[in-house]
Amino acid sequence: MPEVSVLGVRHHGPGSARAVRDELSRIRPDLVLVEGPPEADRLVALAADPGMRPPVALLAYVPGEPSRAAFWPFAEFSPEWQAIAYATGAGAEVRFCDLPAAHALALDADPVRRDPIGELARAAGDDDPERWWEDLVEHRGEAGTLDVVAEAMRAVREGHVAEGTEALREAYMRTTLRQAVREGFARIAVVCGAWHLPALTPPAAPAAEDDEALLRGLPAVDVEMTWVPWTHGRLAAGAGYGAGVAAPGWYAHLFAAPDRPVERWLVQAAVVLREEGLPVSSAHVIEAVRLAESLAALRGRPLAGRSAGTEAARAVLCGGDEPQVELVRRRMVVGERLGRVPDATPMVPLRRDLRDEQRRLRMTPEATPKEHDLDLRKPLDLGRSRLLHRLALLDVPWGTPRRARSKGTFKESWTLEWRPELDVALIEAAVWGITVEAAATARVRDLAAGAGLPELTALVERCLPAHLPGALPYVLGRIEDRAALDGEVRHLMRALPALVRARRYGDVRGTEGLAGVTDSMLTRICAGLSPALRGLDEDAAREMAALVDGVNTAAALMGSGRWRTTLTRIARRDDLPGLLDGRIVRILFDAGALEEDVAVRMARSMSPGNPPARSAAWMEGFLSGGGLLLVHDPRLLATVDSWLTGLSPEAFTGVLPLLRRTFGAFPAAERRMIGRRIRSGVAPAGEEATGYDDTLAAGAVRTVREILGHTGRP
Amino acid sequence: MTSVLRPHAEDQFADELAILAKTDDRPRPPGWRLSPWAVTTYVLGDGGQITPKYIGPRRIVEVAVATLATDRALLLLGVPGTAKTWLSEHLAAAISGDSTLLVQGTAGTTEDALRYGWNYARLLSEGPSRRALTPSPVMRAMEEGRLARVEELTRMPTDVQDALITVLSEKTLPIPELGEEVQAAKGFNVIATANDRDRGVNDLSSALRRRFNTVVLPVPATTEEEVGIVAGRVAQLGRALELPRTVTGLEEIRRVVTVFRELRAGVTADGRTKLKSPSGTLSTAEAISVVTNGIALAAHFGDGVLRPADVASGIVGAVVRDPVSDRVVWQEYLETVVRDREGWRDFYRACRDAG
Repeated sequence: MPEVSVLGVRHHGPGSARAVRDELSRIRPDLVLVEGPPEADRLVALAADPGMRPPVALLAYVPGEPSRAAFWPFAEFSPEWQAIAYATGAGAEVRFCDLPAAHALALDADPVRRDPIGELARAAGDDDPERWWEDLVEHRGEAGTLDVVAEAMRAVREGHVAEGTEALREAYMRTTLRQAVREGFARIAVVCGAWHLPALTPPAAPAAEDDEALLRGLPAVDVEMTWVPWTHGRLAAGAGYGAGVAAPGWYAHLFAAPDRPVERWLVQAAVVLREEGLPVSSAHVIEAVRLAESLAALRGRPLAGRSAGTEAARAVLCGGDEPQVELVRRRMVVGERLGRVPDATPMVPLRRDLRDEQRRLRMTPEATPKEHDLDLRKPLDLGRSRLLHRLALLDVPWGTPRRARSKGTFKESWTLEWRPELDVALIEAAVWGITVEAAATARVRDLAAGAGLPELTALVERCLPAHLPGALPYVLGRIEDRAALDGEVRHLMRALPALVRARRYGDVRGTEGLAGVTDSMLTRICAGLSPALRGLDEDAAREMAALVDGVNTAAALMGSGRWRTTLTRIARRDDLPGLLDGRIVRILFDAGALEEDVAVRMARSMSPGNPPARSAAWMEGFLSGGGLLLVHDPRLLATVDSWLTGLSPEAFTGVLPLLRRTFGAFPAAERRMIGRRIRSGVAPAGEEATGYDDTLAAGAVRTVREILGHTGRP
Repeated sequence: MTSVLRPHAEDQFADELAILAKTDDRPRPPGWRLSPWAVTTYVLGDGGQITPKYIGPRRIVEVAVATLATDRALLLLGVPGTAKTWLSEHLAAAISGDSTLLVQGTAGTTEDALRYGWNYARLLSEGPSRRALTPSPVMRAMEEGRLARVEELTRMPTDVQDALITVLSEKTLPIPELGEEVQAAKGFNVIATANDRDRGVNDLSSALRRRFNTVVLPVPATTEEEVGIVAGRVAQLGRALELPRTVTGLEEIRRVVTVFRELRAGVTADGRTKLKSPSGTLSTAEAISVVTNGIALAAHFGDGVLRPADVASGIVGAVVRDPVSDRVVWQEYLETVVRDREGWRDFYRACRDAG
């Protein structure tokens, strides 16, 4: 009968890792069984590859089904990783003994998360299991703790009957163990979560026949496995199996530090802060250690741990400054560490997904450039367009868009060319996800995280054709956030028109959520516009007038009444720059929303009380939408005329360039008509008013108003 | 009933301190009236006889007490109205039984306020002697082994602040005029408070900074916690100021607290909408004064029930400190958040009327 040792551990526990390493080199097993999917048995050899650096994860996925994937992360301080490292180093065989991923993914069962440590901690009268376990096990890592844990687990599991997935997993572990015994290994070590330990050791273990009956006829799917790089950040987020680790950096430190963990940790924190140019002396560290220790004493704990260390760093090293504490947290508590996998690792799933997509959409990658015209009304072409846009987002520019020949928005023209460097780009893009869609979504979210308002609006326009329903709401949410925090109303005004344009795609591309964002942006613009119009110089006023025009067009598309109300309120002010005042009056006049008679308003703005330059600017703003108004309303023309003729010669020379710019922008025909008016004498409007018959014109007027969108009384 | 407007902490809570002193059997640092553990209990309360004085994270108080126990000086930082002075008073009361050794930092504070001054009549008649010396609160704290409190440390000129360096590192105060020194008795320490909104006023020199452990007092973590603090303080203040009784719905207090929290955090309570933050601090203390003010309005000019209109003008006054930029912030908040919120219609109207 072989010698079987079952080592119950806490996943990602540095104390457990150290205990496992010591225990394994003591018993020197020829087979190590590790909790993990057995499909990965053939990948174990890669763990010894010099190119492999934890944190890494085993990835199991069902080809073609992106949502069905599972990860088994390993860090340097994971007991499982230490077991694998010991075994590959000592020449022992390693097998994984958990339920195969083929069954786990087919069952789609969310494994029941047990908290045996929590139950033990509660029994010991401590409400924080992490801290309790740290005090008891992780900080000591002495030989013999594994036995204590084993005994405690037996007590905790007393009377517990495994059910569901848990029962299957434990049955499979026992079956693997029996198989190994039959194969004649002499010394077998099993490294598994402490909770499973009692189920694998004799008194509680059920008979072999029962296990076989349980495992018979389980559903299975085809599963592929590979190693992928992992990060401490993702370990902390707690994806995959085992509990998430709150502080991977701290654990890595505990595992690596030979002694005096708190002192060493605070010294390293001081080094981190010094690297950022912050003055932290050894005296600081001494005081920090003293504070950490007296905190631990105050809390009645045997040793200063992570929380006391962090508090001490906060109060002494960082002087209470949160950004510095955050720096320490990021670099030391979580620890920015990115794993690496060797080149021999099986093909990344992203590449496989792209191949499937290409097959589905009947596109073959070719090295010679080829032109494609896509008709987005056809599902196949729409799919192709989306794929190309998604790849572009992933920096894999397989297709280059060309200007479409026809004007319709349903046409797209691309030049396709698969260059060898795109293969490399694809492998780089693999960090974003395992399918093209998932990867593009993740990439967009990443881009959006640090982007400003203009980049975000550009991103929306890139997202829409790529059809990323998972990313668009996030980007819109970020726009919303940015818009709320941006104190500069001009940024909002610049961003709005593009978003409103994108909103018109609504039916083809699916843009739910866009309406809410544009509405709230317009609300913010309306709230902030009035104060933003103060103290503008000429250039700023010109820029602002263009922005007001843009928002005006957008607001008209959105059908918002609030915008017009805002402009009406602003038009009552008399401290606006001339150009803007003129522009706003014109917008309101065109919309039929001007509160007073336009001629009165114009006369006031052009009256001699105003400096000539302001009047000229006012006229430029007012007339920049076209000069036909002057032809049709003789009162306005008369106002302009009398203002011009009333100017002193010096003032006239002063405003001449402005006038030239204003009138020079009109089409030649308009200028000619205005000229003819002037020549024929600017007469009061009397004769013209009798030139037509109201009743005869009524029908035409009504139709024209309808076309223009004015309803109700003429 | 005493006629004092506001009794010292050690007098107001004398019975609680006595209870703790009787039951406290843990080791006390030299010069301390209570053990660190009992001081923590005194500040945070025990859910029974000991009322909570400071409502906030336990770790803040633990770090503060542990700091004082390591003979390092304690610097309490925070925006105005986060109970810095309140906490320092109670710590001094619990540790030394005396919260009156207080130096108020202002731009006009001189070194005399931190070291010692002279009784000039005696100085002229007797010459320099210990009897002619007028000790500062810091000097008395050193002699008696108690806690000295320095309020608004950063408002003092930097060279005056630096008078503390020797006191904190060597624990001695030289008197060169007499060729003597005062050495601190065990139990002496300093609690300083400073406002980190205007940190630039008179920043601490790094030599002095190094002598302090810094604890930043946060704004309350949850709405319920803050509503509890505001409601509790408003009730206490109302009693002390002998305001006529009013019906103070928790509803209105919650509304004030919600507005303050949302604008302070720059995000709505449901986390859905980001907001701009105004230039004011919008501290809990200001929320308390808005509500107290509203109660006074309701009691003297209204029908005795606290209504939205009573708090609206107070809120607008607290939020709009800068007439231009804060006004935009407030308008945006009113239009994008308050207007459409269920059950806030009255409040919205009251705020619009208030400006």
